[in-house]
Amino acid sequence: MENLLVILLVMMIVAAIMAIHAKDLLSSLIAQGFVGYGLVICFILLRAPDLAIVQIVVETVTLIIMVSVLHDSTRKEIQVPAGKRDIYTYSLSFVLVGLMLYYFNRAIATLNPFGDHALRMSDFYAREAVELSGSTNLIKGVLWDFRALDTFGEATILFAAAAGVMAILRIKGRKE
Amino acid sequence: MRGMSIIVKKVVQLMSALIFVFGLYIVSHGHIDPGGGFTGGVVLAGSFIVLILAYGVDYFKLKKQKEITSLFENVSILILLLFGLSGLFAGSFYFFNNYLSPGAPGTLISGGLIPFYNLFIGIKVGATMFVIFLALTIYKEEASK
Repeated sequence: MENLLVILLVMMIVAAIMAIHAKDLLSSLIAQGFVGYGLVICFILLRAPDLAIVQIVVETVTLIIMVSVLHDSTRKEIQVPAGKRDIYTYSLSFVLVGLMLYYFNRAIATLNPFGDHALRMSDFYAREAVELSGSTNLIKGVLWDFRALDTFGEATILFAAAAGVMAILRIKGRKE
Repeated sequence: MRGMSIIVKKVVQLMSALIFVFGLYIVSHGHIDPGGGFTGGVVLAGSFIVLILAYGVDYFKLKKQKEITSLFENVSILILLLFGLSGLFAGSFYFFNNYLSPGAPGTLISGGLIPFYNLFIGIKVGATMFVIFLALTIYKEEASK
């Protein structure tokens, strides 16, 4: 299973690089959709059906919304000529990526082996959540019983997103 | 956005109700099976989005739909907050207290308040997704006039 995951992740990385560099924005969107649906297969392989359902549904709807945005604007990417500042940004990002990989490598050594990740807190959830919350879907039991305030925060973020879209797109009430 | 061909329209007519019922199933069984309010809400939104994609913008009175959807979104998040507040007055006095009895795990009526939370978060997420899509289509039509 790990080999399959590695193959899938490499393909997703290639698709992500393609999504950045594609000339046509529609093909860039398709590459991005490949990344999203690849993540769905990763979740299924890692036995997380709940996350897989969320990912497949949200990916589909966001792709529809993005294609409908692209349908109304241009399909060509706007080319900005490279300047002197790009050297600084590229070198800085390379240094940061190198640092991040180094510390990832240091951190991986201290983690539990792959697939054996039950920490103290999640161990308690896995044992007691069904009995305490009465919901056999452990994820919903945690989300809406133990961590309901956090989940309410997520709902508020969605509300803020819709309000932001409305504020940007509305035409009436905007001064020309 | 114009409508699509007659084949697409007929297939969408048959399918969108099924998609809607499937979304309701995911929402209502969220505390038993994988799924839940967020997922089911997006499926509910998808059943409307697919109708608009097939039939085009002019077929439905989208302006009125947008008002109603906004109302649903705002009211459902308010009801969620009221459910959370109601926990303050029952049991052990904390926010989002799950004070109803858990019931027998695995049956449809179980989990205390979790099915209610799932229902209203489903309405809320579906309305949000749909309202974002509607805003992107309606305001473009207004701008092109």
